[in-house]
Amino acid sequence: MIAILAAVMSPVMAPTAATPDWWSQLFNFSDYGQLLVLLQNSILAGALLGVVGGLIGVFVMSRDLAFAVHGISELSFAGAAAGLLLGVGVVEGSLIGSIIAAAVIGLLGSRARDRNSITAVLMPFGLGLGILCLALYPGRTSNKFGLLTGQIVAVDDPRLNSLAVISLIVVVGLFIIWRPLSFASVDADVAAARGVPVRALSLVFMLLLGLAVAVSVQVVGALLVLSVLVTPAAAALRISSNPIVVPVLSTVFAVVSLVGGILLALGSSVPISPYVTTISFLIYVVARLTSGRRARRASNRRRIVGAEA
Amino acid sequence: MTEPVLSLRDAELTLGGRVLWTGLDLDVEPGEFVAVLGANGSGKTSLLKTVLGQHPLSAGSATLLGDPVRHGDRRIGYVPQQRLADEGTPLRGRDLVGLGVDGHRWGVALPTRARRRHIDELLAAVGAQHYANASISSLSGGEQQRLRIGQALAGDPALLLCDEPLLSLDLRAQGVVSRLIDDNRRARGFGVLFVTHDINPILDMVDRVLYLAGRRFRIGTPDDVLRSEVLSELYQSPVDVIRARGRVVIVGTPDQSHAHEHEHDHAGDLP
Repeated sequence: MIAILAAVMSPVMAPTAATPDWWSQLFNFSDYGQLLVLLQNSILAGALLGVVGGLIGVFVMSRDLAFAVHGISELSFAGAAAGLLLGVGVVEGSLIGSIIAAAVIGLLGSRARDRNSITAVLMPFGLGLGILCLALYPGRTSNKFGLLTGQIVAVDDPRLNSLAVISLIVVVGLFIIWRPLSFASVDADVAAARGVPVRALSLVFMLLLGLAVAVSVQVVGALLVLSVLVTPAAAALRISSNPIVVPVLSTVFAVVSLVGGILLALGSSVPISPYVTTISFLIYVVARLTSGRRARRASNRRRIVGAEA
Repeated sequence: MTEPVLSLRDAELTLGGRVLWTGLDLDVEPGEFVAVLGANGSGKTSLLKTVLGQHPLSAGSATLLGDPVRHGDRRIGYVPQQRLADEGTPLRGRDLVGLGVDGHRWGVALPTRARRRHIDELLAAVGAQHYANASISSLSGGEQQRLRIGQALAGDPALLLCDEPLLSLDLRAQGVVSRLIDDNRRARGFGVLFVTHDINPILDMVDRVLYLAGRRFRIGTPDDVLRSEVLSELYQSPVDVIRARGRVVIVGTPDQSHAHEHEHDHAGDLP
């Protein structure tokens, strides 16, 4: 028994010359302290994105916009690739791309059905456009790949600053519209009857979402934006329905996924996104497993209280 | 005589080039329960949207306590038809009610003691205390409608607008929800304008009926309006009103063949 266990564990316990080379590619913590200092900008960017993604994700879930997020991120990728090719800058390009996409989806897709078809039309177009720009770009290939799957080395000071400013706009904007936006997301008709500017709020939210996606594309890459803007909020919603607890948990989950993912990825030769997506997925799985037990307990409690009343 | 809560004078509504109703005079008194019945697409929901200031009248006037109706008037409570909240909504019962208290304000709701007490009072008024902390996606349709009434009562409305609030509820829940509206309008003295396709759950409660059909209308007590000769004249085709076991059944209305139009009425986007 012990022998079998030892045999199974041996590649994990002691990576020897016999084990496949990929282990050291995945996890390599040599010179960790120096790397940490070198890449502190990336860690900060990850933490910022965690806050943005965790907060806005709550509304992505309650407004059922997960698919729209994916569509916006592909156009953001196209914008970033065009920015790289034309020398405008990756951040600027991805901002323009995602804001155009968010505005189009927000203006034309006020109903879920329209929104899904518009997103489905925009998404492959954006991806194709991005691939075209990258194919024409003469620079290094790691830069190109990074836009799709995330990059870690490329966050320099000016870029960190621009990410911080965009993140701040999103977070402050969300806090201002938080309450009426929740109202409009639960029940647009009643909110409108109470004088909430439902349509204007929905557009403002789409623009904030566009900004959040542009930040995410910089860090985790266009293909994996959902792991930051949807998975943490989905996990938080499995655990609670308290309107204060959910955004807090969602933010914690997103920050843990991003910063944890970056810390694990530091010494490796692999993009950061697999680490981020794996952590965020595992958090979701754990949340889902615990939520089943919690729901049963709550329904028992309700039955008892209901019988007394 | 007290001032009516809602007053429509010679009101006409045209939507998409079609006149829905014209020459409509209606007063809703404080504490009065008025049911709005009618053919599909006859403009029942549009009447509510007019009172909410979302569809302007093409002629005549509409006033709430003497002021022209306007968008977002806090003196109006609104209860929509029941639709189950999905899992992605991070709200508990008390939070849904709380949106009625201050959901129209900017910023984030701060959990103050006064706010909490206000919400507790509203929950008690609709008998929803014991699921106040349950997620709204876990509640039944009837439980959600109770909370929506509590939400509409926040701000102490002078007029409660109900748009098919009993739709897709089971019979027991229909009784509970309509009694709740009836009890509260008596206790608080607000007028009720209640759009429904089925008068029976509220037949004992309503004071008057507004029946809309093909640009024309009739207003009166249920006994005055829900009669074969009155509705036949209104529809200009033979209609039978049958009363059996305290229920009213209306047979032969021309719109019964296209029952889906009403849903389109609701799906219409906000202006």
